[in-house]
Amino acid sequence: MKRRHFVLGTLGVAGALGVGWSLLPPRQRLATRTPLATGAGETALTGWLKLGRDGALHLVMPRSEMGQGVHTGLAMLLADELDAEWSRVRLAPAPIDPIFFNQAVVADGLPFHPDSDGAIKRSAARLTAKAMREIGLMVTGGSSSIKDLWLPMRQAGAAARAMLLTAAAQRFGVPVGELAASDGVVLHAASGKRATYGELAEAAGRLPLPDDVPLKTPAQWKLIGKPLPRIEAASKALGTAGFGSDALPPGLLYASVAMCPTLGGEVKQVDSSAARALPGVKQVVMFPGYAGGTAGVAAIADTPWHAMQALKKTAIVWDEATSPAAGFSSTAFVDGLAKTLDSDSGFAYFKTGDVDAALKGAARTLSAEYRAPFLAHATMEPQTCTAQVRDGQATVWAPTQIPDAARRAVARALGLKAEQVTVHVTLLGGGFGRRLDMDFIAQAAVIAQLGGGGAPVQTIWSREEDMRHDFYRPAAVSRFTAGLDAKGQLLAWKNSSAGPSPTQASLSRLFGLPKVGPDKTASEGAFDQPYAFPAARVGHVIVDSPAPVGFWRSVGHSHHAFFKESFIDEAAHAAGQDPVAFRAALLAQHPRALAVLQAAAALGGWGQPVPPAPDGAKAARGIALHRSFGSIVAQVAEVSLSAEKAIRVHRVCCVIDCGTAVNPNLIRQQMESGIVFGLSAALYGRIDIENGRVLQSNFHDQPVLRIHECPVIQTEIIASTEPPEGVGEPGTPPIAPAVANAIYALTGQRLRTLPLKVA
Amino acid sequence: MSTTLTINGKSTAVQAEPETPVLWLLRGELKMTGTKFGCGMGLCGACTVLVDGQPVRSCVTPVAAVEGKALTTVEGLQALDARVAGAVRAAWLKLDVVQCGYCQSGQVVAATALLKANPAPSDADIDTALAGNLCRCGTYPRIRAAIHAAAVALKDIPA
Repeated sequence: MKRRHFVLGTLGVAGALGVGWSLLPPRQRLATRTPLATGAGETALTGWLKLGRDGALHLVMPRSEMGQGVHTGLAMLLADELDAEWSRVRLAPAPIDPIFFNQAVVADGLPFHPDSDGAIKRSAARLTAKAMREIGLMVTGGSSSIKDLWLPMRQAGAAARAMLLTAAAQRFGVPVGELAASDGVVLHAASGKRATYGELAEAAGRLPLPDDVPLKTPAQWKLIGKPLPRIEAASKALGTAGFGSDALPPGLLYASVAMCPTLGGEVKQVDSSAARALPGVKQVVMFPGYAGGTAGVAAIADTPWHAMQALKKTAIVWDEATSPAAGFSSTAFVDGLAKTLDSDSGFAYFKTGDVDAALKGAARTLSAEYRAPFLAHATMEPQTCTAQVRDGQATVWAPTQIPDAARRAVARALGLKAEQVTVHVTLLGGGFGRRLDMDFIAQAAVIAQLGGGGAPVQTIWSREEDMRHDFYRPAAVSRFTAGLDAKGQLLAWKNSSAGPSPTQASLSRLFGLPKVGPDKTASEGAFDQPYAFPAARVGHVIVDSPAPVGFWRSVGHSHHAFFKESFIDEAAHAAGQDPVAFRAALLAQHPRALAVLQAAAALGGWGQPVPPAPDGAKAARGIALHRSFGSIVAQVAEVSLSAEKAIRVHRVCCVIDCGTAVNPNLIRQQMESGIVFGLSAALYGRIDIENGRVLQSNFHDQPVLRIHECPVIQTEIIASTEPPEGVGEPGTPPIAPAVANAIYALTGQRLRTLPLKVA
Repeated sequence: MSTTLTINGKSTAVQAEPETPVLWLLRGELKMTGTKFGCGMGLCGACTVLVDGQPVRSCVTPVAAVEGKALTTVEGLQALDARVAGAVRAAWLKLDVVQCGYCQSGQVVAATALLKANPAPSDADIDTALAGNLCRCGTYPRIRAAIHAAAVALKDIPA
């Protein structure tokens, strides 16, 4: 059975197969291998928090904040169980330790349909989690932080609380059961004795770690479920928050870089004589490409502007011919993907019934081909990293989504051991998956090593270098055939797509793993949806790309949702049915998805007349439903066209079922965020590569959505007591198809490529 | 080459060459990191500062152009106009506008300038004033709401 071989093959390649493993429950993520470093008067309770005698509380934060609100959401989990005083919560960086490795994101990466719950899937998940405890990653991504740490951080808070109560009981000479704890204070009501957590910390720290403390029930939550404001909001509004290029170690130098315009190309020749004569210039150095990055030249100076001026005066001859991407054309590549599908329907990620027989017996069939381009991340903060290499030690300040991978990449690039590298994680000015790659971090470290003379060097990419040296969302082509019976019921669903695999590419960059085997993320959004097709086959052909590809917010879902929700809309119209009713008929086995669909239709006023646009233009609605990262989202978009046929989205109604809503405000923010991000791509997103060079360079030729183009967004969160699921990415997949479906309703034009353009 | 600029109300001696963009004077020589770099072409607004109260893209504005003028960065909004800056900040926090926050210095500077010039902006006024400030995280709906909320609050705060 191919899937099992893939799973075991992956574990084998990772070197993690062994014998005698047993399930390690979440409570085993309570203690770090090395006790947490503490300051004077500070006690560590579990590996997740430190309490000062004065009551100062530091929660260890192993995930990166890139706007998704994870610092706040995760802190709430621990602080609630701890019964801490929320206003006193501060965050401390996490040391690199296996308890902080992300297990959920890896388990979710296994190629099983979300609805399958067989023994193989469960044991594969356990084995993977065990493997990831040893060789895993402290990765923020995959909309998995809350899901991954839902139990471990709550366990840590509950354990620390239990230790504090025990210490208080011993101090007061009373039974623990007579004590209450709230807002950082323990109270013995009968005697009036009280003690703050700070006063109890040292004594509590001497107690053994309890490993079976019951967690609060939802009725007991004081923080979880509340729309608490994000903890770093004030500093971000004041401009004092620290991003990648805000680190200011003493003696800081600045580097400006140019990388070979052909992706993966090399430097042939450099003449820096004129550059080095300019004021403030220290050095001009060449660097190879690391971790999938491209080689280039760096000018190092005392100020950023001096560095930029020096780079302009540096004469560089590039070697573009020998790169694997030399001559690469994105247009030709996409045409090639379509041609591949002529003869290869790909690895079947999902199969049910006999789809070919069902198609033969259909009263009516319809087919279509869809296409999506490469996309850039365009984080608001261009790539940047500050590094210092001195006396056999390296320190980097990096906006990274994986600090332990950053450490490994820097060590490898500098020829150091991992223990000789320290990574300080800054805030990220946007991530979207770009900061899962280590190229710019290894590059900055090498620049500091070669040209810093022991001083820290801050490398700042220009927007042009950033846009032209990205790890792009892969292009994809997808073909569908559906069969309907005489009554318009969907009988058969056949889908084959082709495109590069960002997971294979990324694992190859991070771990040197070979690019083999099926990869679920290449087909996610196509094979794993809640519709109950009577007969179906969903396949995908992985076609490697010389142009670098990586994870882009919602990954495979980012194009498969557009393809799938557009084609199911085509099927609905071919069947002469209402698009909501047509989908609902396929969701009888998925009450949660059906509830989301119906709630979105209600919120969006489906079936009621659509108000015209402010300028009087006719408007129409489109709907899309999509499951990703464990959550189900449906969106209704109201769309009109300007006189010049520009697409205008006036309102988006969004409903999400994400299980327990830890912080409804953060969830709403993520829906707004995902929608605007996805809409920007739907209307404007494209990266064209000709002769191995990216054509776009800045916001004039790769526009992004501006405030006057932003729709009104209304969000509803389905009440749920299920464990929490992902929120950072699920808002993005449905928007492109919702808008495209609205355009069809408005104009009769079916748009099958992105970005959307009405003829 | 050195000159003296008025930055956030203070007379500041600077060494930078006259063609140095104000953004890089601020972040480089002066280590004032509140103003952010986003595109270098005046397209994204992350570098927005005020010159004599007007929003300006500091990445394409040379030092020479602000000599003799009042330059205000995000760090100086409070000193410039505590009433408006305070209302903007309070609205930003109340409505939880920020996400990653990287564009927010520019957004807050532009919003403050708007409200100083136009105490009751319409949606169209807001869109026009903030059209030059990109956000990749989708904070636009909350920026609009926060500017309206600040305008409402300012009606009750004596000028």
